[in-house]
Amino acid sequence: MTDSVKDKVIRIIAEQAMLEPSDIEMTQSLQDIGIDSLGLVESIFAIEEEFDIQVPFNANEPEASEFDISSVAAIVGAVEGLVAAQKS
Amino acid sequence: MKRVVITGAGTINALGQSVRETMEAMREGRCGIGPLDIRDVDRLTVQIGAQVKGYHEQDRFNRQQIALYDRFTQFALIAATEAISQAGLEFQGELSQRAGVVMGTSGGGLTTQDENYRAVYEEGKNRVHPFVIPKLMNNAAASHISMQFNLQGPSFTVATACASSNHAMGQAFAMIRSGMADAMVTGGTESMLCFGGVKAWEGLRVMSKEACRPFSATRNGMVQGEGAGMFVFEELEHAKARGAEILAEVIGFAMSSDAADIVMPSKKGAARAIAGALKDGRIDPGEVGYINAHGTGTAANDKTECAAVADVFGHHANDLMISSTKSMHGHLIGGTGAVELLACVMALRDGIIAPTIGYEEPDPECALDVVPNEAREAHVDVVLSNAFAFGGLNAVLALRRYAA
Repeated sequence: MTDSVKDKVIRIIAEQAMLEPSDIEMTQSLQDIGIDSLGLVESIFAIEEEFDIQVPFNANEPEASEFDISSVAAIVGAVEGLVAAQKS
Repeated sequence: MKRVVITGAGTINALGQSVRETMEAMREGRCGIGPLDIRDVDRLTVQIGAQVKGYHEQDRFNRQQIALYDRFTQFALIAATEAISQAGLEFQGELSQRAGVVMGTSGGGLTTQDENYRAVYEEGKNRVHPFVIPKLMNNAAASHISMQFNLQGPSFTVATACASSNHAMGQAFAMIRSGMADAMVTGGTESMLCFGGVKAWEGLRVMSKEACRPFSATRNGMVQGEGAGMFVFEELEHAKARGAEILAEVIGFAMSSDAADIVMPSKKGAARAIAGALKDGRIDPGEVGYINAHGTGTAANDKTECAAVADVFGHHANDLMISSTKSMHGHLIGGTGAVELLACVMALRDGIIAPTIGYEEPDPECALDVVPNEAREAHVDVVLSNAFAFGGLNAVLALRRYAA
């Protein structure tokens, strides 16, 4: 069975934070996990590469981006949306 | 004016991954040039170079660092770490604000550019890693050194092709001498041995396919190298107060511009830089015992350089020694003067003159004592290091043996 979007996103975030996937909680923000702004940009790059999608994210104003990065759960949800939109 | 001394040295290049290994290779006249081991080498006409072998970035840096450090930055950090460790300086408090980095490089993160152009043009990718810019920028090496060692004073990168590191070290020297800084980390770094880097150089038709034989009648061009050389320049009283070991004193520096041709060197421009360094250091020409030549192994450079030395020194040109260590470590372009300054330090401190290896036949137009093939023991008090860049930008440093 292939990994779900959620598993893959968590694996990318965990790798960026140098943690085990089991250490990541869905309610945590990237800040909680210890990922800084450069780490965020690198994670988004890894997500784009993994799913072959375009993530609408502008590092100048992360809050105003359509892509919700407020928590791990939000990121997973946003990526699931992008993956679904790509398939349709 | 303050006096400036060298209290630390570090390097990584084709001859060795430390100053000790490099000087040992220079003493033995070992050649670091060999077949290039890079991607698509079969599409290159020139397939030799002085590559840093047995180097694995994973052994030196962690994954996060590698994501940000191009090979030229890695080399610079390795050399700077060795130099600062030898100097024994800790940059804290006021010293950290009175200390900076002046780095010489020509190509900067050329390998990063090469890899990413390949990805978008050849492989048709539409997305590149987010750190491409901070990785390839020319000042990345200087910035990472300043971050790692807390150097908060004046820091920047100088790019004058083959003279970059001499220009950089000249700036560091001037800043300490004028009182602007107490200590400077300075030198040069280069990593152009990638497909695009070598391919671009092929275009000029100045590269040898066999060997670098400076001053030899049989020479047929330059050979590229890679690596870094870094030094700690320190104000003399500052170094003495903390009992630092002094490797040599930097006593003079001069720059000139040929203002003539974008690639062909000029005897007058080179001579003005050499004479300028003597004047700046109040050096009697007769005191100069050794010159580390620019000595690229091209017909244009070697003849012009020998003529310039003959012009400046007159009869004394026949008494001094002049060698090109590029025959061993290749031409490190923006990092070359820094690695070559190690030969100058070795001459002053250890009394060993590094040879010009690969020398086969005398050339009447280069009729100086080029220390052919074997190192020589000699006592010298003052040495020069020449660098004459494409674009006609020249920079010459003068060092003196330090006696307490």
